[in-house]
Amino acid sequence: MERLPRWADVALVPLVSLTLAFTIAALIILAIGQDPWEAITVMVQGTVMDAYGWGYTLYYATSFMFTGLAVCVAFHAAMFNIGGEGQALLGGLGVALVCLFIPWPHWSLALLAATLSAAAFGAIWAAIPAYLQAKRGSHIVITTIMFNYIAASLLQYLLVNTLKPVGQSDPASANFPDATHLPALNDIPLVNLFFTKPVPANITLFIALGMAVAVWVLLWHTRLGYQIRAFGKSEPAARYAGINPTRIIMIVMILSGALAGMMAVNNVMGEAERLLGNSASGAGFIGIAVALMGRNHPLGVVLAALLFGFLFQGGAELGLWTKIPIEMRIVVQGLVILFTGALDVMVRMLLGRIFAAFRARAEGAA
Amino acid sequence: MDYATLLQVLDATLRLATPLMLACIAGLYSERAGIFDIGLEGKMLAAAMCAGAVAALTGSAWLGLLAGVGGSLIFALIHGVTSITFRGNQLISGVALNFLAAGLTVLMAQSLFGQGGRTPPLNGEARFQPITLPFAETLQSVPVIGPFYEEVISGHSVLVYAAFAVVGLTWFVLYRTRFGLRLRAVGENPAAVDTAGISVKGLRYGAVLITGVLCGLAGAYMATALQAGFGKDMTAGRGYIALAALIFAKWRPVAAMWTCLLFGFFQALANRPDVVEAVVQFKVPVPFLTALPYILTVLALAGFVGRAIPPRAGGEPYVKER
Amino acid sequence: METSAYAIELKGISKAFGPVQANRDINIAVPRGTIHGIIGENGAGKSTLMSILYGFYRADSGQILINGTPTAIPDSQSAIRAGIGMVFQHFKLVQNFTVLENVVLGAEDGPMLNTSLAKARKSLTDLSREYELDVDPDALIEDLSVGHQQRVEILKALYRQADILILDEPTGVLTPAEADHLFRILKGLKAQGKTIILITHKLREIMETTDNVSVMRRGTMVGTVKTAESSPEELAELMVGRKVLLAVDKAPAQPGDVVLSVQDLRVRDEAGVERLKGVSLEIRAGEILGIAGVAGNGQSELMEALGGMIRASGNVTLKGSPLPLQGPECNGQSRREAGVAHVPEDRHHHGLILDFTAWENVAFGYFNDPKYQKNALLMDNAALRADTARKMETFDVRPPIPGLAAKNFSGGNQQKIVVAREFEQDPDLLLVGQPTRGVDIGAIEFIHKQLIALRDAGKAVLLVSVELDEILSLSDRIAVMFDGQIMGTRERAATDEKELGLMMAGITGKGEAA
Repeated sequence: MERLPRWADVALVPLVSLTLAFTIAALIILAIGQDPWEAITVMVQGTVMDAYGWGYTLYYATSFMFTGLAVCVAFHAAMFNIGGEGQALLGGLGVALVCLFIPWPHWSLALLAATLSAAAFGAIWAAIPAYLQAKRGSHIVITTIMFNYIAASLLQYLLVNTLKPVGQSDPASANFPDATHLPALNDIPLVNLFFTKPVPANITLFIALGMAVAVWVLLWHTRLGYQIRAFGKSEPAARYAGINPTRIIMIVMILSGALAGMMAVNNVMGEAERLLGNSASGAGFIGIAVALMGRNHPLGVVLAALLFGFLFQGGAELGLWTKIPIEMRIVVQGLVILFTGALDVMVRMLLGRIFAAFRARAEGAA
Repeated sequence: MDYATLLQVLDATLRLATPLMLACIAGLYSERAGIFDIGLEGKMLAAAMCAGAVAALTGSAWLGLLAGVGGSLIFALIHGVTSITFRGNQLISGVALNFLAAGLTVLMAQSLFGQGGRTPPLNGEARFQPITLPFAETLQSVPVIGPFYEEVISGHSVLVYAAFAVVGLTWFVLYRTRFGLRLRAVGENPAAVDTAGISVKGLRYGAVLITGVLCGLAGAYMATALQAGFGKDMTAGRGYIALAALIFAKWRPVAAMWTCLLFGFFQALANRPDVVEAVVQFKVPVPFLTALPYILTVLALAGFVGRAIPPRAGGEPYVKER
Repeated sequence: METSAYAIELKGISKAFGPVQANRDINIAVPRGTIHGIIGENGAGKSTLMSILYGFYRADSGQILINGTPTAIPDSQSAIRAGIGMVFQHFKLVQNFTVLENVVLGAEDGPMLNTSLAKARKSLTDLSREYELDVDPDALIEDLSVGHQQRVEILKALYRQADILILDEPTGVLTPAEADHLFRILKGLKAQGKTIILITHKLREIMETTDNVSVMRRGTMVGTVKTAESSPEELAELMVGRKVLLAVDKAPAQPGDVVLSVQDLRVRDEAGVERLKGVSLEIRAGEILGIAGVAGNGQSELMEALGGMIRASGNVTLKGSPLPLQGPECNGQSRREAGVAHVPEDRHHHGLILDFTAWENVAFGYFNDPKYQKNALLMDNAALRADTARKMETFDVRPPIPGLAAKNFSGGNQQKIVVAREFEQDPDLLLVGQPTRGVDIGAIEFIHKQLIALRDAGKAVLLVSVELDEILSLSDRIAVMFDGQIMGTRERAATDEKELGLMMAGITGKGEAA
């Protein structure tokens, strides 16, 4: 197969994949008798044309940054963490326990504690499959899927049987006390010059961005990150260099679970301000798409998270203002994962042929 | 728990185990051939929508079934192309196809019927009706066995019986035919198959397409027999339970049947917490029953309930070594 | 039909894998009813040639004649139809199938299995009796010894009525007793009129079993001779070729104290087969001990055990303090901390991370080194880049770009990166495996000079190479490994190529003082 130049590898391959995904999405919209151009207009209008739209786009993007980083970190050690959903659910539990049962004098302290707690709960939920993978060889993809469902059941049980206030009918925890209310973007000085109306995007966005930087530093500027990447690239070589596989698998999955868990700070504490049954609402899975799209680089993850925030919010707008159902956004997610993830080889083969043809022509002309 | 209640629960077990069984056996073909398939869920969903839609439009459950199989086959084919021809990551392909199915089914149902992403309620010929087996009435008076036959064994739709037939047939195909031998071999050591002069790709495509057909049956059963029409996300994780059952059964057809019956039994119990409480004398949380299949599968994977070793070549695209 | 005296004729076969020319214009003719050896070093192109004959690969050009008839062999199915059977070096068996199922796979008799199995069971019994090939048809492959698994492969071919049987390095995995049994089987097959092609790099096997032998070197056919009219010496010469002995300027060694002492080192592989059968050796400061031997005789295991990559038993001390051979303390990190540097035999799988940049690879194994740390938390990538740039200059790595991915360097320059990394660690002991494999002449000379310089700086060097020339020109003492053991150790000045060649073939030297 033709080897692609670096710029093509980094930029062109994802761009072509994305174009293919969107082309097919447009064809699907046509097939259900709707207008793709109208769809894109509505999506752009409702997401990035005013502060309100941005408020939602950034809110979703924040969640996706966490779950995308979670998948990304694990990918670097060649671990496919498909359990972000369950880890985020458990993270929500961690947030709820901290917010409900400890009287906080100020939101900042609550935020700190909730973040740590969310990370810890998510980490524990990832550590079990990690241990089973490292020590007993149980395939981490399957165990993390199973743990997603176990987490959902656990949460359902806790919400119905212990956390639900007496007299409430829907399975949810009590509302968090006011002291744990996080500043939304419209509450933050300077930022509120742009965000004048209440929006769900909140201070957690900055934690997410901070985490992206932290992951970048970890992976490319620390000994641990070095070992993680080396292990992920080649296990036999890691053995030669004396890198301990069990240690790397455990650490990487704990980090991954912690990142996925921290997502709950954004939606449970920052938006819902109580714990709901399906609080993760698919963000764990979207993290896979975000990591693939972002080429497993934190900067790419941030950009891809913004793209998916746009798709998610735009999809909601479609559901509101057009005849295209909100589920269109799930279709697009699927297409993006399919083309950037599973059909990577196809796109590369395609581009390789094109490059080879160009080269042949250039040589012919010379 | 009295006998009548037991029979009720067992009757529900059979109905609930059927889609699991079909999907589980579907997955068995693919995984035995060395292609991981976490897209069982998506294929079932696609089939359920196609079956529900066509049954609603034509008034024929059988045509619906055909459409369901067709819809599922399209997804199976995409999975085949990505993982066999383009040697893509089989897990990622499965995740992608599950998303696609979850979204596309609602989109299409909405565009066809405009009822909020579901198909219209089915009745009459558009739905598979219960079949009363011979002598169900006459044997009813026979103590113990009579009511069991009448309540549990008899009175299901044709697809329930088909599911059991599929299990038997699969056992036969897998262990008694040339195709089965080759299928098992290609999932264990594709190089052995290749050097024996058999096409690895051909076998794997065959297996993936059979998976498509059987997921089609499972999905069609969901929409046109178990329930009366397609609803958004109606498979509710059954594809993953089937996957869990497959692992728990260590990729063997008869064990898969028993596992699916067990998992179906848990589902039936989850619908009847009162019965569980009456039997064990304390309140068992419903979510625990729901999660039980997953917990058991994790234990099996960890080797605490007998070691679950997947087909050796599973998940790896076949490339001739240099 | 059988007009030709030759079972197989290959004419002008060429095959390239990308830029690598694996076979170049190969011609060979194998008379019917003979055992024909094909001998050559690793990578000479023997296996590729036979895989083409079996339809596993397609030749880029050339012609295949079976019994005098030009035959196209585009796939294995055609090869089987043409009466060719192949026993691969790595068996193509389904581990959890029975012997019977493996034999039947792909040669079934109709869509139902029962009839096929019954038929196969009967012919298996006949074949077993005829050729001393007894195996339990109902045993699972995973329960069988390697020797028995090989018999199943032979049975598979015979069941498909192969008249021509190709065996690729069949004894690499066998014990001597099993190998003897195999050769008896092969002679039995020959007596029945079968034609056998035996691919090997072991001279002894060629001499004992074959009628004719063809020698391959670097993708070309060097010549075919009658075995009876040849000698191991002649074949060895043909195999290796008369290369210009690279002259290395070196003063006599000034050995100091014992640095490495190895007593009774034993290694078992995952299948439980003993690969290292009690190796003992000593290396002093300021000397190079060369390990000669045909690949696969335990050299890799010796290197990996000393490098902490695999578990072993026995006793190893470095400057008097024991090195752990078991448990979590036995790893590449603790070895490096103890003062062992290691240029691994396989730079692609072990020595380098091909997707990493050159500077990242320079830290490989030494990421904990204080000189690469900025503070307790962060690595000093800038220092690492600077160090890499300096190393690249010293070792003349081209292009001298620290940020270039390792996979984009040529083989020689990749090896220089590994060598630069390991040589500059100021180790007490240096393990060097195949230092110049796939490396161009200029780089070979450079690496050799550096090795001598390290020796003269008082390091103990253990050098493993399948290139006898390299061993001869660099070593102060030479130990020959055969079948997991050391056949003997010689002072460089007191031995020659001929003696070492015979020791490498396992013919002489056994039991002599080490």
